Amino acid sequence: MEVREHIIEVKDMVKKYGSFTANDHLSFHVERGEIFGFLGANGAGKTTAMRILCGLSYPTSGEIRVAGHDVYRERERIKRKIGYMSQKFSLYEDLTVSENIHLYAGIYGLGRKQIVVREEQLLERLGLAHVRNRLIREIPLGWKQKLAFSVAIFHQPAIVFLDEPTGGVDPITRRQFWEMIHDATEEGITVFVTTHYMDEAEYCDRVSIMVDGRIDALDTPAALKQQYESVNMNEVFLKLARS
Amino acid sequence: MKRFFGFVKKEFQHIFRDKRTLLILFGLPIVMIILFGFVVSTEIRDVKVGIWDRSMDQASIRATQKIFSSGYFVPAGYIDHEEEIGELFRSGKARVVVVFEEGFERNLLREDRAAINLIADASDANTAQLSLTYLQGVLMTYFQSMNQDVEVPWSVNMKSRMFYNEEMKGVYMFIPGLMALILVLISALMTSVTIAREKEFGTMELLLASPLKPREIILGKVTPYVLLSFVNAMTIVLLGFLVFDVPVRGSLWLLMLICMLYITLALSLGVLISTNVKTQQMAMFISLLGLMLPSILLSGFIFPIENMPKVLQWFSAIMPPRWFIVIVKNIMLKGTGFAFIWKETLILLGMTIFFILAAVKRFKIRLN
Repeated sequence: MEVREHIIEVKDMVKKYGSFTANDHLSFHVERGEIFGFLGANGAGKTTAMRILCGLSYPTSGEIRVAGHDVYRERERIKRKIGYMSQKFSLYEDLTVSENIHLYAGIYGLGRKQIVVREEQLLERLGLAHVRNRLIREIPLGWKQKLAFSVAIFHQPAIVFLDEPTGGVDPITRRQFWEMIHDATEEGITVFVTTHYMDEAEYCDRVSIMVDGRIDALDTPAALKQQYESVNMNEVFLKLARS
Repeated sequence: MKRFFGFVKKEFQHIFRDKRTLLILFGLPIVMIILFGFVVSTEIRDVKVGIWDRSMDQASIRATQKIFSSGYFVPAGYIDHEEEIGELFRSGKARVVVVFEEGFERNLLREDRAAINLIADASDANTAQLSLTYLQGVLMTYFQSMNQDVEVPWSVNMKSRMFYNEEMKGVYMFIPGLMALILVLISALMTSVTIAREKEFGTMELLLASPLKPREIILGKVTPYVLLSFVNAMTIVLLGFLVFDVPVRGSLWLLMLICMLYITLALSLGVLISTNVKTQQMAMFISLLGLMLPSILLSGFIFPIENMPKVLQWFSAIMPPRWFIVIVKNIMLKGTGFAFIWKETLILLGMTIFFILAAVKRFKIRLN
């Protein structure tokens, strides 16, 4: 196997809130261009870790580099190179589809002409050209989700962080959404995704499973299934949680 | 800079697309001014006065004429028995009865003292109090002009208190208070709510994960409100002038500058509130309870600070509106310059700096 660049490098990351340890000496890396699944039950510390990688909060200790930059000293640079999509598909409800695109693209420093061209391509590809002037609150959840993802990668970041991106949508839409994620990796974007749907772990190149603030397992889905003698990822997870 | 303006533009879009926000922003100040100006007026007009003249001499008749030519009072008829006073009040034919004693003029000339009884229907205490004050003013002016040596048979100390508001126009007092109230409401309440909204919808996370710096986010959120609040402040001044003839005797520039300072203070309070809440409802609750009520009750806007218990007086000293009202009254009604208001201005400035620092500190803690 070819040796790929480590786009995220985490060594001994610790995050404490008072006496509570949310992240207990996490060490892992993410390779450029892969889909990295960050799994775990609610409260296992997934979101905490992801927030640190996005520059939304500081770690208590540890050595962390994202897209080649240090999370303590080069947050501004990191923020320019990443995209972020929250579990609420956060677009502005009272702005139109087009206005949301222009707003976020503008925040990431894209020029007007560039935005117009890419917006055209994007809406064409998503089949949303006819709703470009509709308010976000008027379009269905599934479209909102696709749009939120497209907006998060509109500025072509090196990494996109997805925080439980499939909550509340139907299985078919979820399936389509994962196809979009795959397309993004084709463009060279690394995907870091948290989820608690274990079937979705199958779509990832590698997954890590967090239990109580620690990473209990990290490998490809196939290797994990073999190691834990399970038929699917759900079983792997249950075995891990019980042990 | 370009990304910042894009962000500010979005904030304006939020404001102009939300009917409720627009209503609060532009409807509220106008409605409040009209309401306070016309309804909660402390001005009296056409108060019905009954006369019981027991001497019917020249002095008492002239005095009666003076009362009715003042423009505030209308005659409710003459009476000649004590029992009729109660009747007039009960039937609502009169609010006040003026009683001249027997031999009024004689007493006035020979003994330098004569008695007039002013009896008011105090079931409406406010109007009664005001009517008596007006009556005393009218009568005192008259007797003083008639004979400098006459000792007026009542002591009135209203003269000095009404100096800047000779006609005792209620609106004069309300305009500065309303400005203080409306600016706090719009600046602090609206910003705290709009920032809380970003948190509630999760868009704040996205903004924080973007290359926008936290201070750009906050500045971008408050900039539209600075402009709109300022427009509002000037609207209030203009409405006061056009509708109620409230003057700006001092420098308009100074007034604008003070308004900007006060708006900044209110905005930083709004940001501070928003850093401590998670939802819009909570932001609204704290803003209303923590800012609006004290602004109304403790700032001297409606209730005089001198009449409060000592503890509340101390408390009112930490209320920004209190100082703002003093400054605005000075500039608008007395026409004083900066020399007379620098102390109050300094207090406001100090408070502003304190709240900004506190808000920045809270915001940083939250990020960790």
